[in-house]
Amino acid sequence: MSVLPARSRPALMRVHYRDDLRLAPTRASKLRLVLLLAVVIAVPYQLSGSWLTVLDYAAVFAVGAIGLNLLTGYTGQISLGHAFFMGVGAYVAAEFGVQHDWPLLVYLPLAAVIGALVGGLIGPFALRLRGDYLAIITLGLVIIGEYVFDQWDSVTGGGAGVTTAAPVQVGPWNFASLEVFGRQFTREQGLFWLFAIILAIAALLAKNIVRSRPGRAMQSVRDRDLAAEVVGVSQFRYKVGAFAISSGFAAVGGAMYAVLQQYVSPSEWSLLLSIQFVAIIIIGGMGTIFGSILGALVVLSTPELIKRYSDHIPGVIPANGGDGVISAASLNNLLYGVLIVLFLVVQPLGLAALWLRIKAYFKAWPFSS
Amino acid sequence: MTEFLQLLVSGIALGARYSLVALGFVVVFRSTKVINFAQGGLVVIGAYLTYNAHQTWGLGFWPSLLIGMVGTALVGAAVERLILRRMVGQPTFTIIMITIGLLFIVQEVVTSIWGTGTLDLGDPWGIRVVERNGIVISVKDLWTIGLTIAVLLAFFALFRYSKIGVAMRATAVDQEAAMAQGISVERVFLVSWAIAGAVAAVAGATLAAGPGNLTIGVGDLAFAAFPAVILGGLDSPGGAVVGGMTIGITQVMTAGYQPRWFPSLGAGFSQVMPYVLMIAILLVRPYGLFGTKEVRRV
Repeated sequence: MSVLPARSRPALMRVHYRDDLRLAPTRASKLRLVLLLAVVIAVPYQLSGSWLTVLDYAAVFAVGAIGLNLLTGYTGQISLGHAFFMGVGAYVAAEFGVQHDWPLLVYLPLAAVIGALVGGLIGPFALRLRGDYLAIITLGLVIIGEYVFDQWDSVTGGGAGVTTAAPVQVGPWNFASLEVFGRQFTREQGLFWLFAIILAIAALLAKNIVRSRPGRAMQSVRDRDLAAEVVGVSQFRYKVGAFAISSGFAAVGGAMYAVLQQYVSPSEWSLLLSIQFVAIIIIGGMGTIFGSILGALVVLSTPELIKRYSDHIPGVIPANGGDGVISAASLNNLLYGVLIVLFLVVQPLGLAALWLRIKAYFKAWPFSS
Repeated sequence: MTEFLQLLVSGIALGARYSLVALGFVVVFRSTKVINFAQGGLVVIGAYLTYNAHQTWGLGFWPSLLIGMVGTALVGAAVERLILRRMVGQPTFTIIMITIGLLFIVQEVVTSIWGTGTLDLGDPWGIRVVERNGIVISVKDLWTIGLTIAVLLAFFALFRYSKIGVAMRATAVDQEAAMAQGISVERVFLVSWAIAGAVAAVAGATLAAGPGNLTIGVGDLAFAAFPAVILGGLDSPGGAVVGGMTIGITQVMTAGYQPRWFPSLGAGFSQVMPYVLMIAILLVRPYGLFGTKEVRRV
């Protein structure tokens, strides 16, 4: 009966549904994963100082961006409120990790759960409001949230901020001062491995969501929510669910941020942070998981690049003062704006799509056009 | 009673500012269905252009304001023609994010030209005040209220009597039908953005008036005007003014009474009151008080 080969070559053509579901469909993609693992293990040996810190932050933002991508890229719901949920996670880490001295394996999942619960409360708004109105209401959420964080002294320390150096002990390993084979690693280096593990878990979780039934339901809600409802996809379930899950990711990112920075103040959870997340998923690629990570790397490393080379970029005021048209911080914000506009106009699916196009070209080579 | 009246008057003055910003949002949204997060950027450009003409080039205040209006209108039209025209038919998210990106660009360009310090717009109103029966109102606020009324009347006249205004109304109702009638929808879009720019300049000048009041922060009020726009509905100029007044009065009343009656809400609660009100209203009426209910066909 079956005229199709039992195992097709999924690289060229996918003939089985299960080919679509595979995490690593080809030998090449398996090889890539191994390579990636090797790089992640090697990085702290090679890097230290500011670039490693940049990578640490990139991992934090990647976790949050994966959450936003599930919500915006896959379910099509606009949110400018991501900063608020990140703040929630950070204060969970401050309250339970620092004040109560609970271990990482407790306060991190707790951050996810509390973030998801708070996000679930916002979800019903998404049912009543669409597009523009949803963007504005989540904007309102960030502003109200910033106020609440500022007022809730006992947890957030008010305007002065609060120490958030929560413990990072997992089993026998303390990632804050890791010792492997007699070699002592700094806090940044240890945290890089910890964050890489968390990011890998988050990415796998998100990938599993989007390649299975809920993921397809989310995408149908994004593409045409009425039609989705007609074929039996509950809008309530998936819109509220997407808000909850994405806020959970954001809260985990917030807790990681708190751990990394060891100190947070309410003004950090502002609209600017939310827009940074949106910039990440636009630049990286909406509707892809690895795009979120790629975007985080690009967006988080530009400030460092600008800072490092500000003396050589014409027009930029050098770090040690002097003449120039624009400060490094301004140039950075300007660049966010330009990149957002440029990507949306020219390459709406981001860097991920660029990569997929290059891949597709070589896959079909020499028959590609 | 005097206190209540005083708060009411101050609230109306604040509401007038919100209304001016809100009118700029509404004129763009009505015809193009674009919610323009960059309106705050236009407000900033208008304020700084007026400053530049008045203080740097030494022109009179009113001619400077006119230059500010024309310049900002040109910026608005350029943004429409060069960027948003390409984006017609794109998803809401894309368009919102483009306007947010533009806001970032405008803010940084403005600070790199005029700096981040506080400047003096040099308006003719200064810090003079008028007092009647113990109620104090600044001359600046009176002018703001007057200008808001003038802009609203101009809108009314434009939409009622001018050819382009009628075309804008037709486009707002149904783009395709308007095109079929021979209306140039492209021109309507362009003019809408230009008008939004001109109104933004008026808003910017009134916001930045007063000694040392001109900073990049004048654009922040545009975000604070969102609750006003939402309250009035995104596509109703009258609604924008009613929304602006409601938000302004509520905010000032909250600032006046909340510290005494509900001190537990904390200091500065009036700053977030507009957003709380907005969320409450949207829960009851998802399309604002005066907005057109969206009908979705399958």
